[in-house]
Amino acid sequence: MTMIKRASDIVPQTMAQEAAPGIERIDVKAVASKEARETYASRQKIYPKLAHGTFRKVKWIVMAVTLGIYYLLPWIRWDRGPNLPDQAFLLDFAHQRLFFGPIEIWAQELYFITGILIFSALGLFLVTSLAGRMWCGYTCPQTVWTDLMVVVERFWQGDRNARIRLDNSPWTFEKIWKKTATHITWVLVALATGGALVFYFRDAPTLAMELVSGDAPTIAYVFLGVFTGTTYLLGGIAREQVCIYMCPWPRIQGAMFDRDSLLITYRDFRGEPRGPHKKGQTWEERGDCIDCKACVAVCPMGIDIRDGAQLECIQCALCIDACDEIMTKVGRPTGLVAYDTFRNLEAEAHHERAPMNFVRPRTILYSAAMAAVVGLMLYAWLNRTILEVNILHHRNPVYVEMTDGGLRNRYTVKILNKLHDVRTYQLAMEGLQGAEMTILGFKEADPKINVATDNLRALNVLVTVPKADRAKLNGEATHFDFIITDTADGKRLTHEATFWAPKNE
Amino acid sequence: MSEKEIDQVTGVETTGHTWDGNLKELNKPLPKWWLYTFYVCVIWAIGYWILYPAWPTLNGYTKGVLGYNQRAVVTEEVKAAKADQAKYFEQITAKSLEEITQDQELLPFVMAGGAAVFGDNCGPCHGKGAQGAVGYPNLNDDDWLWGGTLDAIHQTILYGIRSGHDEARDMAMPKFGRDEILQPAQIADIAQYVLSLSGKAADDAMAQRGKDLFAENCAACHGDDGKGNIELGAPNLTDGIWLYGGTPEHIAKSIETGRGGVMPSWSGRLDPATIKMLTVYVHSLGGGK
Repeated sequence: MTMIKRASDIVPQTMAQEAAPGIERIDVKAVASKEARETYASRQKIYPKLAHGTFRKVKWIVMAVTLGIYYLLPWIRWDRGPNLPDQAFLLDFAHQRLFFGPIEIWAQELYFITGILIFSALGLFLVTSLAGRMWCGYTCPQTVWTDLMVVVERFWQGDRNARIRLDNSPWTFEKIWKKTATHITWVLVALATGGALVFYFRDAPTLAMELVSGDAPTIAYVFLGVFTGTTYLLGGIAREQVCIYMCPWPRIQGAMFDRDSLLITYRDFRGEPRGPHKKGQTWEERGDCIDCKACVAVCPMGIDIRDGAQLECIQCALCIDACDEIMTKVGRPTGLVAYDTFRNLEAEAHHERAPMNFVRPRTILYSAAMAAVVGLMLYAWLNRTILEVNILHHRNPVYVEMTDGGLRNRYTVKILNKLHDVRTYQLAMEGLQGAEMTILGFKEADPKINVATDNLRALNVLVTVPKADRAKLNGEATHFDFIITDTADGKRLTHEATFWAPKNE
Repeated sequence: MSEKEIDQVTGVETTGHTWDGNLKELNKPLPKWWLYTFYVCVIWAIGYWILYPAWPTLNGYTKGVLGYNQRAVVTEEVKAAKADQAKYFEQITAKSLEEITQDQELLPFVMAGGAAVFGDNCGPCHGKGAQGAVGYPNLNDDDWLWGGTLDAIHQTILYGIRSGHDEARDMAMPKFGRDEILQPAQIADIAQYVLSLSGKAADDAMAQRGKDLFAENCAACHGDDGKGNIELGAPNLTDGIWLYGGTPEHIAKSIETGRGGVMPSWSGRLDPATIKMLTVYVHSLGGGK
């Protein structure tokens, strides 16, 4: 248990000093505070205390919703008819498809996914410039799962003080079973997490049975293991270190903030000078901060918000809840720690107020970029065809002279049928005078070409211009159209091609 | 070397190493996660050495207890692929060439396989796209020396042309000039006549003289009208396709030296099913009759 060896540094003293009448001054050191920040330091375990308040409630709800979506989504069914998966969300690697409700994206249309990712990234930028690290604080999987793992820890071992006491106690039976229960529950949570992930890639009920009976593909077990391991390690053990040392986002987000971004801030103009408040003492000539360190005790990142804006802060707002609770108790206004802007902070120092300013060049720019991505995707989606045709001209040789003086070009015509039933097409030409067309494998003149469900068919097409009509060719390169007609609904698709002739033609 | 000490500026212990009299190094250990990852990699490597082929020895290499061998894996994979293909090859063997061309299920395999085999074996002379070259026929057109039916193509591939195989197509054009059967002036006359056969501009007087010479010397194989004879591999001289060039000089050269290109026989080099596959592929290139 290497992670608990420094716990003695932060053990609460039995005779804790009072920060204000009836309010304990928590003996807590912000392990990631400005002073404690060292490149080569062993990790000191953080014991986040349970916070109570508005933001904690919001975080419980967000946790329930995000985890609910993650765990349950693969089990939602969606009837797509025969021969197709009935899972609402499925990443079908074997057939290179992504199914999401009525939407079906093929591998060559991956740009839709790219578009969604770009949109999400821009959305992240916008939210960050408006209200700071909302993503980190509320919805990031690392935050949500760490929160969940802390819930498990708290369930078996109790809240902050009980956990510290347990870590400092010798290895008694109580300590062993509590620790064992915690780790087993963590592994079960991790297993459910890894399990949920593999269900996104294969029919969930089938895979669940296979996993139990041992018939699942090896790769399913491998990923189940990998995600169980990483969830246990990152959510249960590594926790805040992921955000501080591994994640690039805290480094990037600095570029998204400005003086008008709402950030979780200790309003020092109100709080300073800080110090314990004695009974009957006046609140004049002193700050509202009674230095109770409640904000530090609840912080899952082990920082002191009173140090100001810092990379380690994921802006989870729990310190707001902790401080508000204390302020209410001592009869001072809440909001000593609150969402605030740098601009307002500076103004308040001079007893002024700076109004909120949401419409700023950067928010306009991010919004415009998001709108552009949505517009582009919508355009691409609406113009997406369910019949795709590709025409390749054979270049080796480019043309062939026939014994009767005719000239022949060869093409591969690829017809891709994205529908879920067999379609019959007919191929014709337009714009090449006198030309004759032969499709290899078909004897009849105007053959019906069946293309199987969800399939591609490549046709070898020979186009011959007789000697008499060669004079009508437009020199070296004559453009003409292949016309593909769907016999079921008569829809036509025109695809341009080029007929090549010798240079001196 | 000197004693370890606490550096006064940073308060960190030094490693005890001193350079140039006063340069000391602070003892800043590696991050633990890095160190542990490193140890895990070391253990992994040792496990790898035991399980897999790893170290070269004087007469080979350590085999590893798993007996893993990449070449064996590839051999297995090739074997599995061949087994998967077996059902297609059985069908190809069982069916006639004509039946294969009508089989929409089998045809994609035959075409893909034929293209691959063609590229490996025929491409060096006929070109990757069968476009041909001087002396090596273009297989995309409908002009055939020895016939463009499935059976004719099949026979040509099986036994080759002048390949030395007993069944090979063996006729060759005499060396009219080299063997002094015709004089250079006569050859020039015949060349002009041949040129006129395909509708190209020719010297009338020479062509007129050449006409009789053609009837005496060439018509036996190429026919009185010069349309050739696929039984004898004699090309059609009336079209615009010239295997050895269509200028008077090229034609004269062909008459002087005779022509007899060689193609190897592929029976014995390729198995019968592969040759059938190749036949259907060549037939499909556009010139098949």
